[in-house]
Amino acid sequence: MTDTPTAGDALRTTPLDSLHRELGGKMVPFAGYSMPVQYPMGVLNEHLHTREHAGLFDVSHMGQCRLTGAPVAELAKALETLVPSNIQELKAGRQRYTLFTNDDGGILDDLMVSNAGDCLILVVNAACKDADFAHLKRHLEPRGITVDVLEDRALLALQGPGAAKVMEHLAPASAAMTFMSAGKLEVNGVPCLVTRSGYTGEDGFEISVPADQAEHLARHILEQPGVAPIGLGARDSLRLEAGLCLYGSDIDTTTTPVEGALVWAMQKRRREEGGFPGAAVIQRQLAEGTARLRVGIQPEGKAPARAHTEIQDDSGRRIGEITSGGFGPTVGGPIAMGYVETAFAEPGTAVTLLVRGKPQPARVVALPFVEQRYYRG
Amino acid sequence: MTMWFTKDHEWVRVEDDNTATVGISHYAQEQLGDVVFVELPEVGRTLAKGEEAAVVESVKAASEVYSPIGGEVVAFNKALPDSPGTINLDPFGEGWFYRIKLDGEPDTEGLMDQAAYDDYVASL
Repeated sequence: MTDTPTAGDALRTTPLDSLHRELGGKMVPFAGYSMPVQYPMGVLNEHLHTREHAGLFDVSHMGQCRLTGAPVAELAKALETLVPSNIQELKAGRQRYTLFTNDDGGILDDLMVSNAGDCLILVVNAACKDADFAHLKRHLEPRGITVDVLEDRALLALQGPGAAKVMEHLAPASAAMTFMSAGKLEVNGVPCLVTRSGYTGEDGFEISVPADQAEHLARHILEQPGVAPIGLGARDSLRLEAGLCLYGSDIDTTTTPVEGALVWAMQKRRREEGGFPGAAVIQRQLAEGTARLRVGIQPEGKAPARAHTEIQDDSGRRIGEITSGGFGPTVGGPIAMGYVETAFAEPGTAVTLLVRGKPQPARVVALPFVEQRYYRG
Repeated sequence: MTMWFTKDHEWVRVEDDNTATVGISHYAQEQLGDVVFVELPEVGRTLAKGEEAAVVESVKAASEVYSPIGGEVVAFNKALPDSPGTINLDPFGEGWFYRIKLDGEPDTEGLMDQAAYDDYVASL
């Protein structure tokens, strides 16, 4: 069951590798890294613990980079040539979700951008990071912008209703942050870049910390009341309940932001002006609609419908496919998301899922499955 | 009552009444993690040895359960679909899956006894 990596495909480790092993983490290969999929608490209880208290996630495999070499206004303008979001109006101390698009309007990756005052900080997906950094360098360096890959930083996520109290203790200034704020803060005396955001639908923080301080900080956070280490398994079920996309499953180069129901990430000025890769395709889709849309799907029975499950109409005709699906511990039953023909995208529409060859009734539902509890001040 | 095991971590126990009970091992439930869904074979279905008989799903993934023994299903664990977590708590007891009517001596070819299975798990 365990794959032993050979020299050719040796897995990378994060600065918390020995801590994961000490905590009993079950290590699995993920995006080229050895990562904990769960700890002895187990996926189900790790999920519930995060929703009730606070969970600490190691997301150091994700790519972090910094754009410098020009005033932030110029950096923002340059980045806008690669993403369909309004970066120029992203104020200092604020963060925004965006997408790298390609010339066909497909999604190369989804990412977070923070305006740190004197630079832009980007966080991208682990599996895409090498391609993303090359993409950024190719397009931005000719404009005199420096793309620094922050190899020497770990990334910790502290998520859940108990996260704010823990952070306030370690970094009093964090109490003034609202959802999607970003700031340079000392966390337990260590200079970090902190954002109030995450991938669980809960209030929480992501902490970019120097790699050589990461283990010490993680241990200190884990000593705080109510904090448990949480693996990738629960990270996935938490994000699915929160209706958040997993790149590579729910969105990829074959899906556009319009099909992916991510129009909210493209602010009005950008939708109108374009000026990003694939703008013509995306603007046409905005005007004319698309043949399919990403929606939430709730199976009516107990059987989870996993990714690639076929979605049918009541006559048995294929109308789409599940892209993420499983069991939602907080929902207490199966949940999924996927793409359906636009005529079936209205919440409440009855559809059929072909689970292991057997038709199972399901309904299209509005996302998220679990109400997001972000702190908006 | 002798218990036999497969390499896929199913167990089968030959009972006194000419039936055999099937489940998954402690090692299997540990590997799966919290079981959140189970699909069991209907009574009356005839299973061939090695045939896909049941499905167990954890939060993470689905796994098939292959029948370690052939025969007609005479009972399944009715309590299990509503409390699949029993498989984690008591895999060799309350977490049993289904019972098969034996037709003569059980076919144990390819199955391991407890000692061989323990060695096998230790080697994984």
